[in-house]
Parts: sequence; structure tokens; C-alpha cells
Amino acid sequence: MRFIDYQTIKEITKQLTIAAIYDLDDAVVQKLEEARKNEQEGISKIVISEILENADIARSKRIPICQDTGIVVVFLEIGNHVHFDFLIDDALNEGVKEAYEEELFRMSVVGHPLNRKNTFTNTPCIIHTKNVSGDQVKITVCPKGAGSENLSQLKMMIPSDGEQGIVNFILAAVKNAGGKVCPPMIVGIGIGGNFELSSALAKEALIRPLNDESPDPIAARLEKSLLEEINKLNIGPMGIGGKTTCLAVKVNVYPCHIASLPVAINFQCHASRHKEVII
Amino acid sequence: MMRIQLPICVEDKQKLRSFDYIYLTGKLYTMRDAAHKRLLQMKKDGLPLPIDLNDACIYYTGPTPEKNGHAGSIGPTTAYRMDAFMGELPMINCTIGKGPRAPFVRDMAKKGVLYLDAIGGIGAKLSLQVRSIRLIAFEDLGPEAIYELQVEDFPVIVAYDVIGNTIFQGE
Repeated sequence: MRFIDYQTIKEITKQLTIAAIYDLDDAVVQKLEEARKNEQEGISKIVISEILENADIARSKRIPICQDTGIVVVFLEIGNHVHFDFLIDDALNEGVKEAYEEELFRMSVVGHPLNRKNTFTNTPCIIHTKNVSGDQVKITVCPKGAGSENLSQLKMMIPSDGEQGIVNFILAAVKNAGGKVCPPMIVGIGIGGNFELSSALAKEALIRPLNDESPDPIAARLEKSLLEEINKLNIGPMGIGGKTTCLAVKVNVYPCHIASLPVAINFQCHASRHKEVII
Repeated sequence: MMRIQLPICVEDKQKLRSFDYIYLTGKLYTMRDAAHKRLLQMKKDGLPLPIDLNDACIYYTGPTPEKNGHAGSIGPTTAYRMDAFMGELPMINCTIGKGPRAPFVRDMAKKGVLYLDAIGGIGAKLSLQVRSIRLIAFEDLGPEAIYELQVEDFPVIVAYDVIGNTIFQGE
């Protein structure tokens, strides 16, 4: 049995949150640099240049990449030999709160969806926990903005809709999202599970390494073909046309009921912020 | 580099075209969902307003807090969420936000209420163009309060111009 203390979890959560908000992932920067080379001269190319310059300024001057410092989503993988003598959600929330208070990030969480009163702590965060074997804990922290989140969709399809039905649904959702989700976007797709799991799969797809490919051959094929189709839509950087609409498509799958085909699409803007650590 | 003074004068409005990348200098008011809702309720109730809406330049943003006297990250928020309030605001000068909007907002641009697109997700860079930031009203709304900004060479793309053009694909 391995014991991990409250302070360790809280402090790591705090540092991951801070790093995510100032420091854009190198893989995203690289993709954007490729995209800039690929775009024709004009406003679309300028937009990508500005995004890249912004990432430099954010990192060097420690100014948040985007003012929407998001609601924080945490993915946890807890080994079966790990023991906590506290509620891990408390440590995660406290780490997030300290990060937002001390670094003056934007408090973007309201305590009730209808009375809309700001909690001024940026908590609670949204926590997804998985039990795994071993004596380690993996924490992934993702501050997620609302601009891309708001255009995300879920559809309870039926088996006869098949792959073509899924493609049609995804392309329609991307067209509907257009410039509103701050493209160049990353698209996370969850197929299978049930109503709530398909959404979680789509969200989890977004934290996969940007350059990986699904180990599932059908999902991998969909990732490739959807990326090509989406980039033909000419939505372009910030929706003003161009070759670069989407940097990556990630498809996560899960078994489902014989009568079901749940499909969820979760959008991620170009400020794809997530940091992870294994303790 | 095309520099434009705020509020945008009639001559400039006539000459600006969609896709122009322009640099704004002057005064902006920040307002987003909650501030619009509250301000327009005050207007309806006949209460005195904290800002003069006539010829006001409205920037849809909720910045991160000031740090060491400098404005925090201050990029645009998605503009279509404010479409529902635009009918009450024919007297303003222009709006700045990001992304496509309802067709009637394009019609308003033809009547002079231009819509300018700031690039989403570059709040760190844009903060360097803010010379001062001052809280005006609704402090309890936190990032959704109304702030007065003095900006210098603040870059935006003309999105909807006076002759009905748009920069957004599929419109």
C-alpha cells in the first residue's frame, strides 16, 4: 500500500493548472507552425501568426494564453495500491482555487446554472476518476473554455445509421460550430457507451497526445478521413476561410447496447490546454 | 497598417471593408452576457445608466484581473451570445467580439453599427495594447463587470461592413 498526502495532490494540481494556462503545449505550437506554412498569404495566415505570437507572449510574460481560463476538468487514474486518508476531490479543488487566486486567473464558474452567482474560487472542478492497477496516480488538468464547449453535441443514433451516419452528424456539427469555436480546432469524438459515457469519451479523446492515432483500426480510419473532410470545409482559422480548420480528430470508442449508437462531439479551441503528471 | 480612432467616424465607416486588418485607438467599454442583461433591464426601468450608450464602442470580453497595474488577458468572447440584446442597441458605434452572428447584426452594420472581429484566443497579446482599465459598474459580476478601456493600436478584422460583406465562410 502506498500513501499519498493531501499536500502533494493539492500542490501538483495547482502547478499543473498554472502551467496549462500559461504554457501552450509544444505539439500544438508545432501543428500551428505547419499550418502557417501551409496557408496562403492573407488574413488567414496572419491569424495563425498572431496565435503563435500570443503563445510566446503568454509563456514569457506569464499572461494567460486566453482570458477564458475555463472551468477545470480533471482526469484521475488511481492505482489500486494507493491510499488517501482524505477526499481527493477536496485536494483537487483546493489546488485549483489556490492557482486561480494566486495567479489572478479569471473566475469563470457560477455556483448555480440559473442564479448565475460567481463562486469566485473557480471551483468546483469537474472530476473523472478511473481505477487502474498499480501504485501510481495520474492527474491530468484541463482548463476548458466555454466558446468551444458550447457548440459540442450529443446524438443518440441507432445501429442502422452506421459509419456514414456518424460522419454526416460530425460534419454537420462542425459546420454549425464554424468560426464560433476558435478554429483551428481539435475535435474529440466519443462513440459507444451510453448517453453520459459517450460525452466523457469525447472529452477524454481531447487529452490524447496530439500526434497519436487510435489503437482501434476503425477509430483510426475515422480520425484520418474526418480530419481530411473537415479541412475541406474551408472554415479556416477563426472561421474566415482557409486550409486550416482542424489540427486533429480524436475518436474514442467503447462497447454499447445492441440497440444503441451514442455519438458525442466535443470541440476544443486552438488554446488546447492540458498538463499531466504521474505521481 | 490602417490606424482608426474610436469611436469610428462616418467617413471611416464608409471606407472600411470586410477583411481589413485595422488598429484601433481610443475608448472601449467591456460588456458581455450578464452586463447586457442588467444594463438593458435598467434602461427598461428608466434608471440612469452607468455608461452613455450613444456612440459607445462595446467590446465583448471578460478579462482576467489586472496584475501589477496592467490589464490581464483580454481576448474576445463569442459574439452571437449577445445577438439577443442588439435590437435594443441601435445607437452604439460598433461591437467587437469573435465569430459569426445573426443576419440582422449584418443589417445593423449596413446602418453603421460595424461588427469587428478580434482574434479569439490571443488575450495575452491583446493585453499589451490596453493602456488603462477602469471598473465602471457591476463589480459583483466579477469578470462580467463593465470596464472602461483605453486601447492603442488594438488589432481587429472588419467582419461586417456597411455594404453587407462578411468575413465568415458560409454566410
